[in-house]
Amino acid sequence: AAPVQVQLVVRMAVVFGPGSGPGDLPKPLPFRDVQEMEISVNLRSSVTSRYEMLYRSTTAQEEAALAAATAREADAALHPLQDTTLGSLTMYVVPETSSLLPQGINVYVGKHRSALVRAGGSLAALQARLREVAQVMSFTAASIGAALSDRVPDGQLSPDARRYLKSSLGYEITFSLLNPDPKSHTVDWDIEGAVNRFVKPILDKLSLVANFSVDSQILYYAVLGVTPRYDKESSSFLLSAHSLPHVINPVEARLGSSAASLYPVLNFLLYVPERSHTPLYIQDKDGAPVSTNAFHSPRWGGIMVYNVEAPASPQASFPVHVDVDMARVMEVFLAQLRLLFGLSREEVPAEFLLESPGNEGLADWELDHLLWAHTVENIATVSTTLTSLAQLLDKIGNIVIKDDIASEVYRAVTAVQSAVTELSLGHLHAAFQASKEAVTSSETAFFDPSLLHLLYFPDDQKFAIYIPLFLPMAVPIFLSLVKIARETRQRKKEPTKMD
Amino acid sequence: VCTSRFWFNYRHVANTLSVYRSVKRLGIPDSHIVLMLADDMACNPRNPKPATVFSHKNMELNVYGDDVEVDYRSYEVTVENFLRVLTGRIPPSTPRSKRLLSDDRSNILIYMTGHGGNGFLKFQDSEEITNVELADAFEQMWQKRRYNELLFIIDTCQGASMYERFYSPNIIALASSQVGEDSLSHQPDLGIGVHLMDRYTFYVLEFLEEIHPASQTNMNDLFQVCPKSLCVSTPGHRTDLFQRDPQNVLITDFFGSVRKVEITTEALSLDKDVAGSESKFPDEELATEPLKYAEQLPVAQIIHQKPKQKDWHPPGGFILGLWALIIMVFFKTYGIKHMKHVF
Repeated sequence: AAPVQVQLVVRMAVVFGPGSGPGDLPKPLPFRDVQEMEISVNLRSSVTSRYEMLYRSTTAQEEAALAAATAREADAALHPLQDTTLGSLTMYVVPETSSLLPQGINVYVGKHRSALVRAGGSLAALQARLREVAQVMSFTAASIGAALSDRVPDGQLSPDARRYLKSSLGYEITFSLLNPDPKSHTVDWDIEGAVNRFVKPILDKLSLVANFSVDSQILYYAVLGVTPRYDKESSSFLLSAHSLPHVINPVEARLGSSAASLYPVLNFLLYVPERSHTPLYIQDKDGAPVSTNAFHSPRWGGIMVYNVEAPASPQASFPVHVDVDMARVMEVFLAQLRLLFGLSREEVPAEFLLESPGNEGLADWELDHLLWAHTVENIATVSTTLTSLAQLLDKIGNIVIKDDIASEVYRAVTAVQSAVTELSLGHLHAAFQASKEAVTSSETAFFDPSLLHLLYFPDDQKFAIYIPLFLPMAVPIFLSLVKIARETRQRKKEPTKMD
Repeated sequence: VCTSRFWFNYRHVANTLSVYRSVKRLGIPDSHIVLMLADDMACNPRNPKPATVFSHKNMELNVYGDDVEVDYRSYEVTVENFLRVLTGRIPPSTPRSKRLLSDDRSNILIYMTGHGGNGFLKFQDSEEITNVELADAFEQMWQKRRYNELLFIIDTCQGASMYERFYSPNIIALASSQVGEDSLSHQPDLGIGVHLMDRYTFYVLEFLEEIHPASQTNMNDLFQVCPKSLCVSTPGHRTDLFQRDPQNVLITDFFGSVRKVEITTEALSLDKDVAGSESKFPDEELATEPLKYAEQLPVAQIIHQKPKQKDWHPPGGFILGLWALIIMVFFKTYGIKHMKHVF
C-alpha cells in the first residue's frame, strides 16, 4: 500500500459572547491560533489535522441572537450570520453562568455548523473543550482510521471494527415489503408517498456525497429462515439475537438485488409476520425486546418487523387489510441508513447536547463528517490503485497502454494532487469533488479490460517451441559456414603457394 | 470452476455442482456465486438420465437439482474470462451476475477441478492456466483489496503445484494430490457409463454434508479429509500465507455466510405531518427515447464485413538477419558468378 501523507485543515471561528472571555487571553481579540495534531494510521501513512482558529468577539447582531431564550432559538438566529462553507465551524462561547444551556450541559451542537460552548474558566480548559467539540463535528482519529481501514494490517483490526459503507459514486436503496401470509393479511404501504415525504429530504442532503436511486418491491410468501420461539410469559414470539445472522441469507436470494446497477445496494426490508407467529419481537443479547423491533447488517441494509394487531372480533374475515404506518417505519429505516453510513450519535460525551436534525435527517456537520472520511478514503484508494498499476506495468513489460488509459492516469494524478492541496487549504467541497474525480479516473484506468496479460512464457516453454523449428534449418547453414571458413583459410594459404 | 469438456469428464461437472450445492445449502445466495461449467452434462445427448447430474453410485443424489444458476457456460469458460472475473478487468457490458463484486471484507472460496499437471491446469482441452498466472491474478486482487481471506481448493492431478507460487497474504490452499501424483476418480456408474466423482471431492462433500450454518467446525478438520488410505493420492495444504491460525477459522467463514448483525437501537423522530415535495423523482419526467431491442451480436455486420486490412509491417530484424545469412551462405558456397543465372 502506498504511503499517504495528508493534512486536513479545519477553519474555526471562536466567538466570545459578552462576559465569556477568559481572563488569561495572550493577546487582545481578534487573533489567530493554530493547533496541529497527528493521527498516525500505520508506519507510512499519517494524517495531520490542523485547526486554524480565529478568536474574535461578537458583533452586535450576534449578541442580539445570543440573548434568545433557548439554545435552539439562538442557533436558528445565528445561522444566517455564520460562515456556511462546507468544513468550517463556528463556536460561540457563552458565560459560565449562562442559562442558554441547560443545567449540566456544557456544549450544545446545532443543526448547522455551529455550537454553543460554555466558558470553562481558563483559556486552556476552554481550548480543551473546543478541541473536543471540533473533533465531534469534523473528524476523529477513529473516523479517519475507519476510512483508512483497508490499510491497517489485519491483525490489528478488531473483529468489532466498524464496517461502514465504502465511499462510492452512487448507492441504490431498495425498500421491500415481505408478506409471508397473504391469506391473512393484505398489506398496503404507500411507499411512494413515504419516499417523497421522508426519504427524499435526507437523500437530497446526501446528494453531495453520491448519487442515490430508490426502488421498492413487494414479496409474497417470503419467510424468514429462522423459526421464532414462543414465549409464554409475554405470549409473543421471540427472535433471539444469535439467530438474527441466519435470517438474511434465505431472503437475499429472493430480493433480486443484483439485477439493476453496479452500485452498492442497501436493502431495507419490512417483514409482516404470519398470523400464526404474531406478535413477533426481536430480543437483544440481554433478552429484552428491542424498542425499534429492527436490526441491520453493515454494508447490507436493515430489517424491521411490523406486527399487525390481531383483529378485534374473532369472526373477522380474512384477509385483514393492513395500512402500514409509514412514518414509524421510515423513522427506523432512516436511522438504519444513518448507522450504515457511520453517523452514530452514541459516542458523544454526556455533557453534549445534540440538536435533532428533524426531517432533514442529518445535520450539516454530520454531512461534513461523511465528506472528511470519504475524501481521505478516496485519496488513499487512488494512491493504492495508481501505485499498484505502476507496479503491474513495471513487472510485465509487454503490456500495451492505450492512449485513453494514459490520459485517465494523468487525470487521476492531477485530481488527487489537487484534492490534497484543497484539503490543506481547508476547502472541503473542492477537495471532495477532486477526490471523486480522481477515484473515477484511477478505477477506469486500473480496471480497463485491455490490461489483461496472458503472456507468461516460462523459459523452458520458449526452448520447447523454438528449437524444433530452427534446429533442422540451422544444421545445413552451420555446416556451410564451416565449409566457407575452411575454404577461406585455404585460399589465404594458396596465393603464397602459387607464387 | 469446472474446466473440462466432453462426456467422459462428467465427474468434473459433478464435482463442481456438489460443492456449489453445499455452498448454497449453507446460505450463500446465487448473487454471491460465480459458477463456471465448461460443458453441459445434464442435457448432453449421451446422458441416459437427462436433466440430472448424479454424484453417488446408484443415483442417490442429483446435484443438478432445479435451482442451478450457471454464470459462465460452455465455451465462455476460458482462461481469459476466468482471469477477468478474478481481477475485475471486465468489459462494462458484463451483467452483474458474471462479476465478482467483492470488497476488502469479503472471504472468497475458489474451487477448481479438471485435468492438470505440474504447474498448469487445462481449460477446455485447448489452453492452460499456469500457477504463475494464478499467483499474479491473486496478487492483483490483493493490491485492489478484492478479498479479505481466500480459500483455494483444487482437485486435479498434481494439484499441489498450482499453489506453490502464491505470494499474496491471507490465502489458504488445499489440493487433492502432490506433485507427481495423480488424483483418482471415485466410482463408475454402470447405468450412466462414466465415473461420477473424484475421490477427494467425494470425501469433501461427505464432510460438508455434516456442516450446518451454525456449525463450529474449523479448517483443521477440513485438512484431515481424505487421508491416503481413502484417496490413494496425498492431499496437501498450504497455510503459511494465512495470518490466523487455521484452528480458529470456521468452515462457515468460507463455505457459508454468517452475517454480522447489529441491533438498531436508535430511531429518528420525524415530523409526520410534513407535506410531500411536489416534484417526483426525475426519472419519470425525463422524455427518454423509446427503447429498442439491442442487437447483442451484430450478425449482419459480421457476415458482410470485409476482412480487416492488416497493417503491413516491414520484416523484423530476426527474419532479415536469417535470410541474409541464408543468402550469404548460398552464394559463398556456389559462387558469385551464379547470381546472373538466378536473377
